[in-house]
Amino acid sequence: MSEHGDTHIGLPGYFGVFAILVVGTIITYYVALFDLEWIFPGANTLVALLIAFTKMTFVVLYFMHVRWSSKLVWLSAVSGFFWLAIMFAYTMQDYLTRSIIGR
Amino acid sequence: MENVDAMKLDGAKKEPKVNYLTNGFSLKSWLLTKDHKRIAIMYLISVSVFFLMGGLYAAAIRLELLTPASDLMESGTYNKVFTQHGVLMVFFYLIPAIPAILGNFLLPLMIGAKDLAFPRINLLSLYLYWIGGILTLYALMQGGVDTGWTFYTPYSTTFSNSFVMAVGLGIFINGFSSILTGLNFIVSTHTMRAPGMTWFRLPLFVWAHYATSLVMILGTPVVAITILLLAIERVTQVGVFDPAIGGDPILFQHLFWFYSHPAVYIMILPAMGVISELISSFSRKKIFGYEFIAFSSIAIAVFGFLVWGHHMFVSGQSIYAGLVFSFLTMVVAVPSAIKVFNWTATLYKGSISYETPMLYAFGFLGLFLIGGLTGLFLGSVGLTVHLTDTYFIVAHFHYVMVGGTVMGYLGGLHFWWSKMTGRHYSEFWGKISAMLIFIGFNLTFFPQFILGYQGMPRRYAAYPEELQVLNIFSTAGASVLGVGLTMPVVYLVHSLIWGEKAEDNPWMLSGLEWRTSSPPPTFNFDETPIVTWEAYEFGEESGLDIDEARREAEVSPAA
Ligand SMILES: [Cu+2]
Repeated sequence: MSEHGDTHIGLPGYFGVFAILVVGTIITYYVALFDLEWIFPGANTLVALLIAFTKMTFVVLYFMHVRWSSKLVWLSAVSGFFWLAIMFAYTMQDYLTRSIIGR
Repeated sequence: MENVDAMKLDGAKKEPKVNYLTNGFSLKSWLLTKDHKRIAIMYLISVSVFFLMGGLYAAAIRLELLTPASDLMESGTYNKVFTQHGVLMVFFYLIPAIPAILGNFLLPLMIGAKDLAFPRINLLSLYLYWIGGILTLYALMQGGVDTGWTFYTPYSTTFSNSFVMAVGLGIFINGFSSILTGLNFIVSTHTMRAPGMTWFRLPLFVWAHYATSLVMILGTPVVAITILLLAIERVTQVGVFDPAIGGDPILFQHLFWFYSHPAVYIMILPAMGVISELISSFSRKKIFGYEFIAFSSIAIAVFGFLVWGHHMFVSGQSIYAGLVFSFLTMVVAVPSAIKVFNWTATLYKGSISYETPMLYAFGFLGLFLIGGLTGLFLGSVGLTVHLTDTYFIVAHFHYVMVGGTVMGYLGGLHFWWSKMTGRHYSEFWGKISAMLIFIGFNLTFFPQFILGYQGMPRRYAAYPEELQVLNIFSTAGASVLGVGLTMPVVYLVHSLIWGEKAEDNPWMLSGLEWRTSSPPPTFNFDETPIVTWEAYEFGEESGLDIDEARREAEVSPAA
């Protein structure tokens, strides 16, 4: 709250984060060219999601200034992702169990 | 003690003070206002227009179902009619009704604030509602949609030739209106409370709106993105939902119901907030189990997110997931039941009076009970196979949505009408219409439980002749309901001009919204109130000598 108003990490910092995002995008593309399914089914998706999650963390922390925000804002941001996790988990609870019981 | 003068009954007779309604009469002073009360009034007018249009579609549906054959309209038209009824009612009436009108008007008053935390964002949310609404209406006039309000894939992405994109965009834009309202409510409740207004002194109406806002913020973005994915698939043929191009249609249902089940709680939680106020006020008794009601709102908001799969029991979801969702559906019934028990306990030995708002509260209790309990039928994995996609479901959710949300909305509107407009409506006509609505509603929807149990499927224009008798009952009930719902429009508008001038505190209550003039000044309170009493205080602790005021009121009925 105290140092509100200034740009925290300055323009070079923002360009640095931007560079990380671009690199992440390139890696996503590059990894998608390989078939990773031999490791375990769905490995490609998992890798893509991991990269996406890393990129998103940078956006939230720096572009959205959460890193310098109050505990309440942290709580809100974290619960947002907790909710996303609920959505993924309960949806997967359907997909991953289709072959186990019935159909 | 401070604020006592708000109780003086001659408050209304003092020389007319500038209030939020008389503070500027130009169109610009309304369209560019930042006053939450004016925004609420504009919402009231716009939401009523959408409610009327949704109602006209409902009338068309009931007329068609008067006879077994599809003779009034052909099946294709019927598909569009019930879709548009659903879209207008769900997205443009039920979701905004209580939060955007009553919540917008009352939340700042109740917490003792001058306005919401972000007045401009509040105005923006109204404009988004208008833009989304006009876009949807435009699409309906161009030919409309026939997918059902749920937009199930692959029909909506691949096969339907109707205006799916335009309506989807309308709902997408409207979604942001509701996100912004939720954001505003949460920030206001955290930061704008008057001195002394602790969390546990907040009216339960505010708790309910806080919980609703959580759902709005956490859920609405998901449906917005889902509609976006639907648009992407329709336009660019990227396979998300269509199995023919590598997608999965059930994924749409997961994403859609992740929002749309909690959306049911966006509709019902604010109504529950209203009912808490009504029950306590008209029993003249402190609400029973304040903390339980407050936290059950939060519990409903949280657990409401974990049950969406009960809409997918027969659509190809795994049996394991079905079991889990069924169990969680039973769990989420608990906090709702807690509320009903607490309301009932509040009534116990209360000094109950039967003014119009209280009639709506009683209506709510009975109808929501039936609506909620039939939800348990539908939540059990076995029985639901028989009942899915029948009129039983239609009856169930109308009992929750109309019996719950509409009752709460109308009860609240009557309860706070004098505060909002400074006028009294006719109590006589209020009671008549409340009873007509209750009777008409039951006559419309109770037969549908039986029809559904007998196997009448929803979303068809024709049905077997054996089912006609109950359908005639239902249509007859819809006419009564229609008359009942039209009456408030007449006598409420009538009251604006010819109604008695209202006192500041007509019901003799301790809440902050009753401690300012009716209608309130633009910044709500002449001086910032300091709260020294608990919520729903009827004794001297509230700083208001209610008994004294009552005696005065009996001697000289307020003008
Ligand atoms: Cu549901």
